[in-house]
Amino acid sequence: MSEQLTADVTIDARGAGCPGPLMDLIGKVKTADSGTVFELQTSDRGSVSDVPEWVEKAGHELVETVEHEDYWSIYVQKA
Amino acid sequence: MTRIVIVGGGTGGTVLANRLVEDLDSEVTAGEVEVTLVNDSPDHVYKPTYLYVPFGKKTVEDAVRPLADLVDRRVDLEINRVVGIDTDAKTIELQDGRDTLSYDHLVLATGAKLVPDEVPGLVEGGHHFYGPDGAEKLRDALAEFEGGHLVLSVVGVPHMCPAAPVEFTLMADEWFRQRGIRDEVEITYTYPIMRLHGLEPVSDWMEPRFAERDIHTETFFNAEEVDPEAGVIRSMEGEELDYDLLVAIPPHAGDDLIAGSGLGDDGWVAVDRHTLEAEHAEDVYAMGDAADVPTSKAGSVAHYEADVVADRIASEVRGQLPTATFDGKTVCFIEAGMDEATFVEFDYEHPPELRDESRPVHWAKLAYNETYWLTARGLL
Ligand SMILES: Cc1cc2nc3c(=O)[nH]c(=O)nc-3n(C[C@H](O)[C@H](O)[C@H](O)COP(=O)(O)OP(=O)(O)OC[C@H]3O[C@@H](n4cnc5c(N)ncnc54)[C@H](O)[C@@H]3O)c2cc1C
Repeated sequence: MSEQLTADVTIDARGAGCPGPLMDLIGKVKTADSGTVFELQTSDRGSVSDVPEWVEKAGHELVETVEHEDYWSIYVQKA
Repeated sequence: MTRIVIVGGGTGGTVLANRLVEDLDSEVTAGEVEVTLVNDSPDHVYKPTYLYVPFGKKTVEDAVRPLADLVDRRVDLEINRVVGIDTDAKTIELQDGRDTLSYDHLVLATGAKLVPDEVPGLVEGGHHFYGPDGAEKLRDALAEFEGGHLVLSVVGVPHMCPAAPVEFTLMADEWFRQRGIRDEVEITYTYPIMRLHGLEPVSDWMEPRFAERDIHTETFFNAEEVDPEAGVIRSMEGEELDYDLLVAIPPHAGDDLIAGSGLGDDGWVAVDRHTLEAEHAEDVYAMGDAADVPTSKAGSVAHYEADVVADRIASEVRGQLPTATFDGKTVCFIEAGMDEATFVEFDYEHPPELRDESRPVHWAKLAYNETYWLTARGLL
């Protein structure tokens, strides 16, 4: 199932510590059209909980979090 | 002849130019090496001074000295704006007069600029203390402010000096107390992520202090628009705050040169975080606020990076393999009011630890600001 997920925009924030990945996502979501699906790639463990928290607060949709060998892909759809 | 060109005569570029002519003294004297520093203004600006301007403790003139007074005579100073970089031809394009300059080693130290117009209504509705005009207007607005809701909103991340918004808020709190009007003022501090500061230990330090001083906080607040007529700031997360005085840390961007020359898509130069070499071009370094390294946009960082870049370029000029690397060292003072301060120190491997604030650290910060001019000249 996770194999089939496709994103309109991929944000590679691997290597960046908190709050870099979250801020990268916020910056991109700000200017995107409603419905856009983002894949945020992050190697920062904290982002796995912080990003969903923001997504909920901002009213967007957390599609799925996929764990890879050394990073996570967090899929988010802009409301 | 080896030509070293540095673009940007702020904190990083000035320290670097002075260090290079010192390190390569014999080569420069023999005419084998030329160090050129290009800056778009004849003035050097020490931005930390602006924090004190709104409270009437410093003037914007205090922040400025002629660059020529700070730079070693052996440095070739070019007052001009760089408008293009061709990393294949190894040339830079100048705005006036001389068309191009060629380089063997190029260092970008162009800093960060403010782009408040990215948030609709912010220019009209918000104040800031990140530049001379903003700091003076805010000084006048604060002097006239008799009471109401002051909102300090951190809009731009990353921004210059991650301590400055914290300092401004705590200083404003104490300044209103000293003027006897703190009871008439409500203060709210907003931050884009889930805590009060990007650095967790700083956030942990802030929390009890803000609570004690009755400073309200809003986290996950990413300003989307300001309505100056209604006196409202709205966030992407759907929150609204009414304000009487809005002080914002505006969004920041790198110089247009950077994206334009393919050195970094998001406006900051993509570099190796240890060597500071540009990832997308040969013989190009970036340092200071312009470089995309995972630490703070602070003068101390620019300073430590200048030492590394100077060592590396001097080795390269001498035909040696450069070995100096940047370990992410960052030092920031944090004013905790009008007469106490603390500081944080950290690097890529060691997280920051904060001590309780004290008077001696506040005086150390003021003393550093005074001796800065010697530091820039390479004398300290
Ligand atoms: C209010 C405030 C308070 C601060 N307080 C502190 C503090 O307490 N401690 C601390 O460590 N840091 C502090 N900072 C941050 C610090 O000032 C910066 O991090 C530091 O100046 C970065 O140095 P730099 O050399 O990278 O850039 P800058 O000092 O900004 O210099 C960049 C230079 O490049 C020039 N330039 C830009 N583009 C071009 C071009 N295309 N052609 C030619 N020239 C160009 C600019 O005119 C400028 O002279 C503060 C900043 C602010 C705004």
